[in-house]
Amino acid sequence: MVDATPAPLVNPRAGQVALRWLLFAILALFALFYLMPLFVMITTSLKSLDEIRSGSLVALPVQVTFEAWRTAWSSACSGIQCEGLRPYFWNSVALTVPAVAVSTLIGAVNGYVIAQWKFRGANLIFSLMLFGCFIPFQVVLLPMARTLGFMGVAGTIPGLIFVHVIYGIGFTTLFFRNYYVTIPVELVKAAKVDGAGFFRIFWSIFMPLSLPIMMVTVIWQFTQIWNDFLFGVSFSQAGTQPVTVALNNIVNSTTGVKEYNVNMAAAIIAAFPTLFVYAVAGKYFIRGLTAGSVKG
Amino acid sequence: MAAWLERNVPRILLAPSFLAVLVFVYGFIAWTAWVSMTRSRLLPKYEIEGFIQYERLFAAPRWDTAMNNLFIFGALFIVVSMLLGLLLAILLDQKIRTEGALRTIYLYPMALSMIVTGTAWKWIMNPGLGIEAMVRGWGFDEFAFDWVIDPDMAIYAIVVAAVWQASGFVMALFLAGLRSVDEEIIRAARVDGIPTWSIYSAIIIPSMAPIFLSAFIVLAHLAIKSFDLVIALTGGGPGYATDLPATYMYAMAFSRGDIGQAASSAMVMMTVVFAIVVPYLYSELRAKRG
Amino acid sequence: MEAMLEIRNLDKSYGATEILKDINVSAEPGGFLVLVGPSGCGKSTLLNCIAGLESISGGSIHIGGRDMTHVSPKDRNIAMVFQSYALYPTMSVARNITFGMKVRGVDRATRASKLQDVARQLQIEQLLDRRPSQLSGGQRQRVAMGRALVRDPQLFLFDEPLSNLDAKLRVEMRLEIKKLHHDLGATMVYVTHDQIEAMTLATKIVVLKDGVVQQIGSPAEIYRRPANLFVADFMGSPAMNLIPARTSRESGGTRIEIERTGGAPVVLIDTRNGDLPEEVILGLRPEDIAEAGFRAGEEVQEVKCLIDMVEPAGADTFVVSRLAGRQVTARLHSETTAQPGSTLDLAFDLGKVSYFAQDTGERLN
Repeated sequence: MVDATPAPLVNPRAGQVALRWLLFAILALFALFYLMPLFVMITTSLKSLDEIRSGSLVALPVQVTFEAWRTAWSSACSGIQCEGLRPYFWNSVALTVPAVAVSTLIGAVNGYVIAQWKFRGANLIFSLMLFGCFIPFQVVLLPMARTLGFMGVAGTIPGLIFVHVIYGIGFTTLFFRNYYVTIPVELVKAAKVDGAGFFRIFWSIFMPLSLPIMMVTVIWQFTQIWNDFLFGVSFSQAGTQPVTVALNNIVNSTTGVKEYNVNMAAAIIAAFPTLFVYAVAGKYFIRGLTAGSVKG
Repeated sequence: MAAWLERNVPRILLAPSFLAVLVFVYGFIAWTAWVSMTRSRLLPKYEIEGFIQYERLFAAPRWDTAMNNLFIFGALFIVVSMLLGLLLAILLDQKIRTEGALRTIYLYPMALSMIVTGTAWKWIMNPGLGIEAMVRGWGFDEFAFDWVIDPDMAIYAIVVAAVWQASGFVMALFLAGLRSVDEEIIRAARVDGIPTWSIYSAIIIPSMAPIFLSAFIVLAHLAIKSFDLVIALTGGGPGYATDLPATYMYAMAFSRGDIGQAASSAMVMMTVVFAIVVPYLYSELRAKRG
Repeated sequence: MEAMLEIRNLDKSYGATEILKDINVSAEPGGFLVLVGPSGCGKSTLLNCIAGLESISGGSIHIGGRDMTHVSPKDRNIAMVFQSYALYPTMSVARNITFGMKVRGVDRATRASKLQDVARQLQIEQLLDRRPSQLSGGQRQRVAMGRALVRDPQLFLFDEPLSNLDAKLRVEMRLEIKKLHHDLGATMVYVTHDQIEAMTLATKIVVLKDGVVQQIGSPAEIYRRPANLFVADFMGSPAMNLIPARTSRESGGTRIEIERTGGAPVVLIDTRNGDLPEEVILGLRPEDIAEAGFRAGEEVQEVKCLIDMVEPAGADTFVVSRLAGRQVTARLHSETTAQPGSTLDLAFDLGKVSYFAQDTGERLN
């Protein structure tokens, strides 16, 4: 929005061109900084261990091998288990999909109520939910562990889904509430006069309007839950761990030689779903991030 | 009955979420606060004993390290991410044709799990085969970069990885802020012959104060909650050198079997978060109503 | 004739704040009731209460002879047009208009034929497949009207429907609404803050201020005989001149004396109104002050005035003078030769005068 103004040189045009080049150089350098780890991960995952030991960190693989990927997916060891990342990847899928769906749905209804069907106390409830978004989860870990045990779902995937839904509805409600609050209340009034009730208005008028915020919320929740580690490591047991926990176990397993190529392949596998979503729907991802931080 | 139902549907639908928040957020905080006042070890006890756990906590050298680390890590992480994010945002704001692609590149780390980030940087920064070996391979035999295994430097290695992950996000926030400044004000300034640098420093950046505040809140919040990154990158080591309150709490709760310490450290964490967040949220909510 | 809308002793409060106080209003079948007042006076809240969109704290609302006080909006047999039009953004114009019928389970054939009727009546046939976002402001307004018309209700409610239109379109739509009212013979309740809309459309006007009814009457009554200073000032543009004056009894009638700086007081004699308190506010509309010689009548009295300002407005020219420290506007013919700084003989028509008490602001005559 602001052009670089000409530097006070003999030839202002030449000065401006030089400045432009400098600008591009700096931006490109930063791009390298951000891309380097991904590049290193990919190249390392395609090398053999021998090549890793003998070659440079940033060198391209001489002999491309997918061995590390195979190992990472199906036979890498974490502790005594040697099943690779595969079962844990599916654990993550099995817990993320329902947790995202349920928390988004609840958030949509809550947001609709708070934004459009205000009643005495609704704002207080919203404030309480909003503050709940900010607590460090450490403060609920201990009682939640006991509660899950009490409910008989300790160490299970349904238990993890429950935890993610509970601590996800604050954010999903916030997203939908902030979106629905921009819709004029007259719309609900008009629909009421037209004879529509609470659910009819939600379904026929608000749902069709909600695609963008739905995308934002689903992507936000998906990224949060897929990438979660704290709940995963605290509330799962062998066999029900999500992929992030398994990845950490594989990488930090103390037995055997360090297989860096396998570690990198495993890391990419664990990162793939969220990276993919970012690549295809980055717009909504960014919107979620900024909406999640600029609240109210 | 039907009319009563119709009138109260909104309340009925919000009630479960409200109850859930009451119990699982506020109730649980109360539980943790209670237990932090007891002599709980492996199992929770419920006889209030006063502040003994907090006394133990503040006397523990490991907690001391964790709080120090949080301070160093938090300060550096926030300052560097903000500066880098602001710089990138301003540079990207100069009508760059490839802005979309660059933005995508700068921001993608935010989509990654901290565990992935930690794993990648652990590999990159490992002294045997990572950057150190690479630079030595170029002929600089004396080059040393062994932060991850140096107790004095390991916390800075975590800062590097954390900044890498979050600075693109700060950039996105700031870029949105720069774009929201009234175009007419900038035109007026340019007509007045004010140089670009001054337009940024005197007009645009001061008008972005709320965005700085948001970015600060988010980063501070991230810093205090930081757990995954430390676990993946250094495991809290070498020794306890990179312990943060979050890893301390986790260790006490799940490997040391010291629930009292876990609860009291969690309460301290929450106090720190709330000391930062509550005034902010309060002013936000007030501003919305006013 | 039984009233189509009957509001009795209506109270509305949010917590301790009283929004509406003891409202008693009725609308006859085929009447056009306009609720007018400044923003925040409670007129829109009152309309929402009539619609059932807001509950009331006391009193009752009857529509078509039925007590609707606790009936939900959908069962009140009303239709409503909103300021923002409130068109359903994801539905086509046709679906916007038929949504209400669909919700009520009206069959497809009836819906289609009613849609066609309304579309023809409002000349929006070519817009039926469009989305609201593809329409101009005036077109949206028509669709909103269509949605109301298709209901064929007992009572139409309009909540400032023209305030989002530009000036020219507003005048056009005003005429159209008036024509619609005439053609349908329906009962309408219309909220506006624009006193010209109120005057042109209404068969009955309710002036509200701070949740209290100030006056109810025909447009002519409200305009000619405002009940208090507020109504006098609010209705009419330019506003009624309100001039502090002293009165005293004289043989020929009431002597009215108006102070002015730098000159002898203006003295007028009112032969019709007696029994006035010593201190009054005298109210006279700008059109009741003319240039001498252009207005005749028993009660017309001429006064020489110093002209401060001249505002030609096309058909008329307004001149402003200063009496009792107040600006006094007179509406003159456009060919007047009045010049700022010069003096002019102005004819005050005391046949049209209003008096208000200086303390309470209530009308005295």
